[in-house]
Amino acid sequence: MSSIPHDHVAGHAHDDHAHHPSGIMRWITTTNHKDIGTLYLWFSMIMFLAGGVLALTIRTELFQPGLQIVDPEFFNSLTTLHGLIMIFGAIMPAAVGFANWQVPLMIGAPDMAFARMNNWSFWLLPFAATLLISSFLVPGGAAAGGWTMYAPLSVQAGMGMDFTIFAVHILGASSIMGAINIITTILNLRAPGMTLMKMPLFVWTWLITAYLLIAVMPVLAGAVTMLLTDRHFGTSFFNAAGGGDPVMFQHIFWFFGHPEVYIMILPSFGIVSTILPAFSRKPLFGYASMVYATGSIAILSFIVWAHHMFTVGMPAAGQVFFMYATMLIAVPTGVKVFNWVATMWKGSLTFETPMLFAIGFIFLFTMGGFTGLVLAITPVDIQLQDTYYVVAHFHYVLVAGSLFAFFGGIYYWLPKWSGRMYDETLGKWHFWLSMIFFNVTFFPMHFLGLAGMPRRIPDYATQFADWNMVASIGAFGFGLSQILFLYTVLKAIRFGPRAPARPWEGSDTLEWTLPSPVPYHTFETPPAVV
Amino acid sequence: MDRIDTASAATEIARRMGHAALAASLLASSGAVYAEREYNLQTPVTSIAAQIFDLHTYIMWTCVVIFVGVFSVMFYSIFAHRKSKGHQAAQFHENTMVEIVWTVIPFLILLFMAFPATKTVLAMKDASVPDMTVKVTGFQWKWHYDYLDHGFSYVSNLTTPDAQIHNREVKGEHYLLEVDQPMVVPAGKKVRVLITAGDVIHSWWVPAFGVKQDAIPGFVRDSWFTAEKPGIYRGQCAELCGKEHGFMPIVVEVKSADDYAKWLDAQKKKSAASVDDMNKVWDPNDLIARGAKVYAANCVACHQATGKGVPGAFPALDGSPVVNGPKDAQIKIVLNGVVKDGEPTAMVAWKNTLSDTDIAAVITYTRNSWGNHTNQAVQPAEVKADRS
Repeated sequence: MSSIPHDHVAGHAHDDHAHHPSGIMRWITTTNHKDIGTLYLWFSMIMFLAGGVLALTIRTELFQPGLQIVDPEFFNSLTTLHGLIMIFGAIMPAAVGFANWQVPLMIGAPDMAFARMNNWSFWLLPFAATLLISSFLVPGGAAAGGWTMYAPLSVQAGMGMDFTIFAVHILGASSIMGAINIITTILNLRAPGMTLMKMPLFVWTWLITAYLLIAVMPVLAGAVTMLLTDRHFGTSFFNAAGGGDPVMFQHIFWFFGHPEVYIMILPSFGIVSTILPAFSRKPLFGYASMVYATGSIAILSFIVWAHHMFTVGMPAAGQVFFMYATMLIAVPTGVKVFNWVATMWKGSLTFETPMLFAIGFIFLFTMGGFTGLVLAITPVDIQLQDTYYVVAHFHYVLVAGSLFAFFGGIYYWLPKWSGRMYDETLGKWHFWLSMIFFNVTFFPMHFLGLAGMPRRIPDYATQFADWNMVASIGAFGFGLSQILFLYTVLKAIRFGPRAPARPWEGSDTLEWTLPSPVPYHTFETPPAVV
Repeated sequence: MDRIDTASAATEIARRMGHAALAASLLASSGAVYAEREYNLQTPVTSIAAQIFDLHTYIMWTCVVIFVGVFSVMFYSIFAHRKSKGHQAAQFHENTMVEIVWTVIPFLILLFMAFPATKTVLAMKDASVPDMTVKVTGFQWKWHYDYLDHGFSYVSNLTTPDAQIHNREVKGEHYLLEVDQPMVVPAGKKVRVLITAGDVIHSWWVPAFGVKQDAIPGFVRDSWFTAEKPGIYRGQCAELCGKEHGFMPIVVEVKSADDYAKWLDAQKKKSAASVDDMNKVWDPNDLIARGAKVYAANCVACHQATGKGVPGAFPALDGSPVVNGPKDAQIKIVLNGVVKDGEPTAMVAWKNTLSDTDIAAVITYTRNSWGNHTNQAVQPAEVKADRS
């Protein structure tokens, strides 16, 4: 990786010519990658809280057996919208927010390649989110067929489904534009001397993620468009009576869906690979093999989709093929975990909040990886498919995985972005509360799934009552801990002590050569990378 | 919670919390005391389920060992290589040999997992030479069992009373896992199940058998099981299928060969006796009584016990112009379902699931219930006449 002389001063203080409108127009018209990054991150924070409210409503209903606060159809809308909002509204925009802020700063570029398209990519999101959330108010309620929108159930649904379909179209367009922008920026705007194999790993993971996005978002758009025409224009893509096949929807959906889970995790890999060396005061171990492992995971993600569908009844050859391909993913993923541990080994470790979240990420993400391996085994998967075991698995990789890495990234870069330090004590509280309550919420779900509790049910048999109660208590603890996160961030931005240009001793990427807060325009002259 | 007073509800919550805390602490200490079914896969009663159980145990423990190994190294590092202890950072950052080793070793471990897993996949797929075949059809939200070899069939409905679901009564032992007529099979016989669906995708799942097969409308899939031990085994629909997805359990009763023969005999007689005389003219009150049962089993999930439906999703029957209008129009809707824009709606066709007598009864019931007072009875012969 590039090594930056620490006495290098970018020296933009004298020409920080931030000519931009003020007030609301600054944010609406902005083409600045930093402003847009901030918009993405705040948008995803709002969506994260909205999705969290839905999650807590679900956990309240499931606190005890019996129907208490919501009726079953509304419950299905809650699980559906919780998934859609968290995936498309919280995790993905947050990752793009990090890319907007960090990719130009880390490669020494003045801005993103397509600055106006960047503005448009973001401003599509609030409209899509409005469509999604307002669908709760239409006759028949919001989509209730699960975030996977399986036909024919979603063909049967009310107009809330159409809102969801159009929201997905808009979100997909936004993602594709964002991905084109990121690829172009990385391939064309690197500072002289920043060869591909000198790029920080975060930039590498986003480059690969962006290719995944371009490859699969159109597939999703195709799937939901077919759904739309089946619903309203008399086609029969997914209707056997008209010569179609309901299972085809699942094949198309998961051809998008599996790369999608790597879209959500690869940027997190990049963030963790940035934080760990900084707080270990030691270079990332196996940089090249990390790049190759990320690439291998991305390629494998295209040939494993049917492991989400082992129970649809495919031939033995199909089941065995998708089982082997899925198991293979454990190899590059293992390489990454081993490299992270080797990075820490014989380092000089300190445990500020970003490091705690990075370590928490590795620990819990690996658990999610192992339950993924259990689920890859076709016969075991057939027993566990559509149970709470799966719910536990994907929350370990998505919440303790993606989300924890994002928390770490926020704490890590906030001093650079805002020019102020967060309160370390509050950050540590946020980490430990999140860590404990996350496990209280989701670890028992493994037991529930093994014991036979299906997912997406508003009520359950009494033998599942105890663990559901534990999970609900944990969920409220986890939800409230995130209010602490919001408070910690706001407190830092408003009242935090001034941050130095390079608050983390071990950090060595380009952004730390800039003053804190980072000037509005940076690297108008490319920095020297040695 | 109308009838259970707040105090007893609070006591129940306190009891469960105590139970939950106990469960958590037991897990932390030994974990072995609690019943298996709360932590682990259900006790298998077929060889396939047993293989799945063993596979899961083997793979889980392999993962646990690797996990403990890897994180011992990491936590040693967290403990020993701290800056606060004055540890100086080494600067090594590459070792090709190490990378090769930790690529190859996991690969070899995976081979040892893939081998037994593949054997089980092939065994699960071998549905050949069954002793009997039962066709299972998923409907929103009930299962239909068709004994193809014997020419009778029946629908299996949830029997948990609404009062238990809405917390007005104490929940029973098999809350949400009980049905009026379970699927019945003999022990020790290879049963092939042909699985399909009539509306949306469902999934027929009996954990103790290790069988989970999606029921796909328009396609027939198969699976099989040989249950070794008589008993009652319970499962649930495993694929989200709409509003009542959580309320369509699967119950399979495995009987000894003798008991099964007796049951089969009784079913055949019942089936013969239930072929009603189509030309019989029924007394309206008998039709209403029979119709109430048909309604409770088939219609109540959408149209509700009050007949008011769910606004925006399922139309009300109470005061409906169809129910209070000409008989023929209503008969045709019940027979053929409602098709909108060329697509079937949630109002499915009942002509293949309900007999003429049942349809006549349920229509008579709806025309003379709630605020509907047509004082008209529909006779089976009228339904038969409209089947064309």
